[in-house]
Amino acid sequence: MTANLRRRKIYSGIFETLCALAVVVALIPLAMILFYVIKEGFGALNLDFFLHMPKPVGESGGGMANAIAGTLILIGIAAAFAVPVGCLCGIHLSEYPGTKFSSIVRFAADVLNGVPSIVVGIFAYGILVLPVKRFSAIAGGVALGLLMIPIVVRTTEELLRLVPGGLREGALALGATRGRAVFSVIVPAALPGILTGILVALARVAGETAPLLFTAFNNRFWSTSLTQPIASLTVQVFTYAISPYDDWHRQAWAGAFLLVMMILALSILARLAVRRLERMNRS
Amino acid sequence: MNDDPKISVRDFDFFYGAAKVLHGISLDIPARKVTALIGPSGCGKSTFIRSINRMNDIITDARGKGTILIDGTDVYGSDTDVVELRRRVGMVFQKSNPFPKSIYDNVAYGLRIGGMRNKRQLDDIIERSLTRAALWHEVKDRLHASALALSGGQQQRLCIARALAVDPEILLMDEPASALDPIATSKIEELIYELKDNYTIVIVTHNMQQAARVSDRTAFFMLGRLVEEGDKNTIFTNPKEKMTEDYVTGRFG
Repeated sequence: MTANLRRRKIYSGIFETLCALAVVVALIPLAMILFYVIKEGFGALNLDFFLHMPKPVGESGGGMANAIAGTLILIGIAAAFAVPVGCLCGIHLSEYPGTKFSSIVRFAADVLNGVPSIVVGIFAYGILVLPVKRFSAIAGGVALGLLMIPIVVRTTEELLRLVPGGLREGALALGATRGRAVFSVIVPAALPGILTGILVALARVAGETAPLLFTAFNNRFWSTSLTQPIASLTVQVFTYAISPYDDWHRQAWAGAFLLVMMILALSILARLAVRRLERMNRS
Repeated sequence: MNDDPKISVRDFDFFYGAAKVLHGISLDIPARKVTALIGPSGCGKSTFIRSINRMNDIITDARGKGTILIDGTDVYGSDTDVVELRRRVGMVFQKSNPFPKSIYDNVAYGLRIGGMRNKRQLDDIIERSLTRAALWHEVKDRLHASALALSGGQQQRLCIARALAVDPEILLMDEPASALDPIATSKIEELIYELKDNYTIVIVTHNMQQAARVSDRTAFFMLGRLVEEGDKNTIFTNPKEKMTEDYVTGRFG
């Protein structure tokens, strides 16, 4: 072996080791978070947690039924608001990529993506809470939706752009109008990816606390009204975690565990959806 | 020829932005014959064929000047509806582009956008189109399987069936066999031979043997100009231009 070749092999070995180390460093916090959440949360989780309401201070037991329902309602509102807006916006960007308007929208989406979630919360507070002087599920859902929009816009745009140009030409050559080609061929071809993007965005906002603090606020009682304050898992976990009661701490861990599981479930769902749709696309 | 030409091109120029890529093309394309466009890469034959169904419209900054008449109507006329035009002028591309849908849905696509909903009518036309594209026997038991599971040659025949389903008058083929192996290529060529009884076919090809095998008339393009066109045998055995002779005998290109 020449000296040169030996040197190259040594360099290669060093860099491979560094890469492997970086992976371990990145995984340690993740593993620790999961370990603690499971260790503390799993034991505190029981059927009551899902089915019962919070008990008054001093009484033990109770659950977070209202917060679980609340979180589902909030992300439902967020999706109902952000998915159509985000997808249509992404379609526009991919169809008219070169226009001045598109580059402004793209830039705006990137900025919005970087805006701290608490700022989005203040905005929703300003336009949806202050005028009616009441916290509401709508305000919380819209705040979460605003956080979702940029993610949905950019994933939609990028995935549509990956669709081969030949498909568009094929549709147009058969006499399809431009809109028809987009909605009957191009969007369906990118659908698995777009769906994943939406689920990932949902998973992300499901874990948001800050924008809900002064929009959806919180609610110790069962409420599904969209115009009333509503409980959410994240805010409930926050409230319980900073309380002085051991029983509430246990519940906070259980809530945290449930949140992690929900997000995990969304991610798995995203993968299954992709696999299913891709199978339909392929064979 | 006594018949009026199906497609009649006069002084047609084409520009991509400031670059002029076609220079004063004038060419008559007869009905129910195969006209092959040959020439070296970048000579403008694809641009030309894509001008006939205005496929170049989707490219920004691209524009044509001059006239292309189909049955006497100007393709670039102000009252020409491009959607209607493309229904009459089908196109098959170099790279087969089946939609990521079932075989059935691929062939039904053009019919459905035309508003056809009747299941039995669709079934009939789909069977007929696939039969004409010599694909029916290979796919009749799996019409609802994904088109992407087909082989390359089958995919290209599916694209031909898809184009035939809407019953066009003209079929444009932009190097339809360039990505296929010899067996698949010969199937496509046989198909072209059979289709010319009913359709006016314009085919772009890099492959001179292919042009010699399938075409009735041949047009030789070079650097954006039409050098010579005429009966296939004349072009291949006794061309007027030196450039054509050099090209068809393989001295360059």
